[in-house]
Amino acid sequence: MSEKPATNIFSKKPSRQALFETCVSTFFRLATYLVIIAAGYLFVNIAYNGSKAVFTTKAPFINIDFLTQKPQTLHVYEPKEVTTEQQKINAEILSTKAKRNALGSGEKAQRAEYEAHIESLEERYDILDEQRVEGRLMFSDSEYRQLDETPSEELFKYSNYAYSGGGIGPAIIGTCLLVTGSIAIALTLGVLCAVYLSEYSQAGKMLQLIRLSIMNLSGVPSIVFGLFGFGMFVLFFGWGVSMIAGWFTLAIMALPIIITASEESMRAIPKGFREGSLALGASKWTSIRTNVLPYALPGILTSSIMGIARVAGETAPIMFTAAFALRDQLPWEGLKEPTDFFFQGVMALPYHIYVVSAKIPQNEYTRNMQYGAAFVFLFIVGFFALSSIILRVKIRKKYKW
Amino acid sequence: MTDENKPIIEIRNFDFAYGDAQALFDINMDIREKEVTSFIGPSGCGKSTFLRCFNRMNDLIDIANIKGGEIKISDINIYDKEVDVIELRKHVGMVFQKSNPFPKSIYDNIAYGLRIQGIKQKSVLDGVVEECLRGAALWDEVKDRLNESALGMSGGQQQRLCIARALAVKPKILLMDEPCSALDPIATAKVEELIHQLKKQYTIIIVTHSMQQAARVSDKTAFFYLGKLIEFGKTDDIFMNPTDPQTEAYISGRFG
Repeated sequence: MSEKPATNIFSKKPSRQALFETCVSTFFRLATYLVIIAAGYLFVNIAYNGSKAVFTTKAPFINIDFLTQKPQTLHVYEPKEVTTEQQKINAEILSTKAKRNALGSGEKAQRAEYEAHIESLEERYDILDEQRVEGRLMFSDSEYRQLDETPSEELFKYSNYAYSGGGIGPAIIGTCLLVTGSIAIALTLGVLCAVYLSEYSQAGKMLQLIRLSIMNLSGVPSIVFGLFGFGMFVLFFGWGVSMIAGWFTLAIMALPIIITASEESMRAIPKGFREGSLALGASKWTSIRTNVLPYALPGILTSSIMGIARVAGETAPIMFTAAFALRDQLPWEGLKEPTDFFFQGVMALPYHIYVVSAKIPQNEYTRNMQYGAAFVFLFIVGFFALSSIILRVKIRKKYKW
Repeated sequence: MTDENKPIIEIRNFDFAYGDAQALFDINMDIREKEVTSFIGPSGCGKSTFLRCFNRMNDLIDIANIKGGEIKISDINIYDKEVDVIELRKHVGMVFQKSNPFPKSIYDNIAYGLRIQGIKQKSVLDGVVEECLRGAALWDEVKDRLNESALGMSGGQQQRLCIARALAVKPKILLMDEPCSALDPIATAKVEELIHQLKKQYTIIIVTHSMQQAARVSDKTAFFYLGKLIEFGKTDDIFMNPTDPQTEAYISGRFG
């Protein structure tokens, strides 16, 4: 019979179109994986390096000194024989390298010999390094002052490093104070403004102008906010470098995010709720208070706290207005009057990380401080974000529509 | 005319516009107490707009304005400067096209109107909630789950809840903006039956797209077309022998 078996007319056929589709989807997938890898590397790197400073192998497994103490100078004693030998090896490596570099391109055998020598020297250096780390004695400033007798200068080489000992206690406290204060100010101002914009204002040129300026505000670089806060709060209002100046600077910086997000969540509330309550004889404010704000609250809180958590990480706005590189007293120590609490500078984690990473000579001891501070900082920001999410879920359960 | 009492709502030469676009032209109408009046007409003819004028819901729209004429409820011009909109809305309740129970419990929905007036005694609220739910023929269905969310109810129940909620502030007049447009026939029948019962106590104005519904529930019917009141009279007269050819065309289904 000439009749062919019925073929599947929808069967897949290789074509350029199909190939193109596969390529496009692979491309998108790769881009996504790249982002995930980058983010993952960032977190793993900070968590790994930071946990060296934050956690210990002995019970209670958390380095409480690091989390509570003030930054201190680190006093280090290293075994003298080891360090002098290391110095010698260093010098020899340098001279061998110079000899190797002076060789012509033909003398391959000679070059290989030099390189083998350098390698063996470097191996020896690493072994010595382990010995040095094992044999060294480290004291934070407070421990150092309590020593009856410093280790003998015959056996040990002495050196000290600023900011590399102690902990980041005041910076943690300062950051928490800055964040909570600025959340309070920014939420109040931002929600008031958003209620006005979404419920009371009348559409028109003026409203567009306000929206535009709010949007522009969110594009202003943070250092400009810092300078603004410095000029306005620190100098003009005469508050000095103080917590309250930092609160207002951070709050103003978070305002655009909060206003935009709050307004959006209020607009998302169905019109029926407003009309329903107005038709029952509610005044405008009653209707907003009972039938708009409660339902918009989850959205407002989430985006606002996320926004403030972002802003709290900014270094630039607080470095002129609120942050001290080093402060001996905790915020509640040595207050003459209760109001002084607001008018004192504090240490803050982002600024501390900046100081430790950029303002002091780098060495192997500062590295611990940097990563430890970054790790704790990530943890705090994550805590604020998590609490906002929990809050949202709780309120969502209460009002569901 | 030999009608016994004075009309509760009098509309005289009422003109209404959204910005430059006039929506209602020179409306004159008398609505009597404890009657059901239905507004019919094709979409966009202004009947909902007109309904929302009775409790000044149009105030929410910036560009809405009254070009002329007046609406008097119990002899008071409701667009007078002296009138407190809040008091007016307590007097003139409204039920919307899309049922809009608040995302709260059934109890809280009914109690809302009283709570915002500052009434907090549990005994008073309990009494009103039961009274209103009974009034809206909903009590037997929901009495065991007063503290559950109103959004768990069926569509018809939600709409009757909205009616009950409107009753809680003790209005004299009840406006209903297409209350059955989203409901199935059974739920619609229940709402219509409810309207029959409420008629004994309330003056009801209902906007509807269903002419059968208008014929079933209302005493008077008004036909609107393009913002004008074409014909207004007893429902039987409008449906049996309309005087205006446009009305006749509409109710016989030739346009609209």
